[in-house]
Amino acid sequence: MANLFYINSLSFKPFYTFASTKQQGELSMELLCPAGNLASLKTALNAGADAVYLGLKDDTNARSFAGLNFTPDKLQEAAQFTHKQGRKLFLTINTFPKPGEESRWYQAVDLAANCGMDALIVADLSLLDYAHSRYPHIPLHLSVQASATNLGALSLYKEEFNIARAVLPRVLSMKQVRDLAKVSPVDLEVFAFGSLCIMAEGRCHLSSYVTGQSPNTGGSCSPAKHVRWQEQDQSRLTRLNEVLIDVSNVDEQMGYPVVCKGRYLTDAQDSPEYLLESPTSLNTLSLIPELAQAGIVSLKIEGRQRSPAYVEQVTRVWRRAIDTYLQDPQHFQCRSEWDSALAKVSEGQITTLGAYERNWQ
Amino acid sequence: MKISLGPLLYCWKKPQVMDFYQRVAHSPIPLVYLGEAVCSRRRELKFGDYLALASMLKQAGKQVVLSTLALLEAPSEYNELKKQVENGEFIIEANDVAAVQQAKALGLPFVCGPSINNYNLASLTRLHGWGMQRFVMPLELSRSWLVKVIEAAGGKLPFEIEVFGHGHMPLAHSARCFTARHMGLHKDQCNIVCLSHPQGLLAQTQEAQPLLRLNGIQTQSAACVDLSAEIADMQGLGVDYFRVSPSDLGSIEIAGLLTQGQPLPKPEMPCNGYWHDAPGMVSR
Repeated sequence: MANLFYINSLSFKPFYTFASTKQQGELSMELLCPAGNLASLKTALNAGADAVYLGLKDDTNARSFAGLNFTPDKLQEAAQFTHKQGRKLFLTINTFPKPGEESRWYQAVDLAANCGMDALIVADLSLLDYAHSRYPHIPLHLSVQASATNLGALSLYKEEFNIARAVLPRVLSMKQVRDLAKVSPVDLEVFAFGSLCIMAEGRCHLSSYVTGQSPNTGGSCSPAKHVRWQEQDQSRLTRLNEVLIDVSNVDEQMGYPVVCKGRYLTDAQDSPEYLLESPTSLNTLSLIPELAQAGIVSLKIEGRQRSPAYVEQVTRVWRRAIDTYLQDPQHFQCRSEWDSALAKVSEGQITTLGAYERNWQ
Repeated sequence: MKISLGPLLYCWKKPQVMDFYQRVAHSPIPLVYLGEAVCSRRRELKFGDYLALASMLKQAGKQVVLSTLALLEAPSEYNELKKQVENGEFIIEANDVAAVQQAKALGLPFVCGPSINNYNLASLTRLHGWGMQRFVMPLELSRSWLVKVIEAAGGKLPFEIEVFGHGHMPLAHSARCFTARHMGLHKDQCNIVCLSHPQGLLAQTQEAQPLLRLNGIQTQSAACVDLSAEIADMQGLGVDYFRVSPSDLGSIEIAGLLTQGQPLPKPEMPCNGYWHDAPGMVSR
């Protein structure tokens, strides 16, 4: 497990200080893993995560699923456990405060400060404002839900709220990521692996159009209570709030049902097609060298809603891949056993480079 | 309350666009949004063409706002945006925070389009401080949301309110061009295939329920929002503009009827769910 980055984290050097001074081409990359509960958090740290992100057990974050996430007590426990190991813990508060209920979001920021979070992942302007003015010492990471894809947007958030880092939406090609990293006034984090959101995050209303709830308003995309499977003969009908979004064979391996990954018809065709995207996962193992050379400071693994087994598998593979790269950047090659280990936990068991690859677009 | 005409979200041939806005010039619509808000590859009209149209509409007595791209990915798009913001005459509709940043830096007033995330009074107030004069309510928000925001502001907002009242809603934007992909084309060699789908490409469920309209990188609602029955109520709440998002020439007629307080023909597939705190596709 010894590697360049680990030496840094074990010496308790704050990562954000390290990252903010990072020069183009300098080789280090944080592995940032998800945790929906303490078991996943411990698993992620054991498997080699440099930092873990999590959310509170309410609608202040965009993975508000039943049975997931952390109460204030558990958050405290998570922080102590993580800091004892010299790693980082980020609290995700990335939904948008509702009128008349803003205090719930402000309290989440206060709680994060009390628990000694290493960063806050925030999208809403008013919440960035609150966190920046009350707790200027806590680094702010601009959530992907803020949908900042360009120099102008990043500059505004930097000037106004002194954000330290931004999480890029999954809409940029590798070249565009590289171009942006050259001029970005803040550190950049990208999604490296997990469920593939194909729309500019934070500005997608497909879920609320069908179910009434979106990540922005209700804290989740395609809430489970609206999902219904029906089996008919050898077919499985997948419905979201009664809208038929797919018909599959009962043996077919399907991902979690979302509007953008359904099979639909156009006037010109008789057979249904995945008109937007098929059930695939993002996997950017092969892009590690390019992302490192572009100066990306953090690789994010998606999946706070996934099991500890998923977190373990994915974290282990990514730890190994990043270490392998850092030890010998010139000769890095993506190994097939890594890809196949990841494919086992991928949606639909198919992986893609998504928008990073221009041809996907 | 007045009627506004949103930016044309589809890709039409230049002569059709020119004809459309000539007709708009002769309509009673007082406020017109103009510009490419979806895809920078659509170059039937150049920036100069839009400026000429804006001047023509201004001379016809319209208030004109230049709409900007909702999703900026390439440095060239950001540079184009700067040019738009710096046009020196017309205010802009910011559809991405980059446009807010540009307008703010130049001390220019701006309108926040529906794809700027304004979910509470504190955020709106912040944007107002940066120069926001009007905002279009994010599509998924409701009447009750608006009431709470107005109440929290003491009964009146210090900036104007616009509601997306009629048309197909732009629900999402992606890096992927769904239209090109459907036609078996790469985005970079798309042949501007969106020209062949002047109202987008209808996607239906396998039970023949119309669900989405694919409009290049934009995904729209297949259903047409119709909040015309709410106009009196909106007026009471203090909404300043009711936006008609154009689908075809008929949209000018619709805006005209609304201006005269006339009832509208019902859309084939109406929806109004968001306004009533329901799923957007629902019609109540």
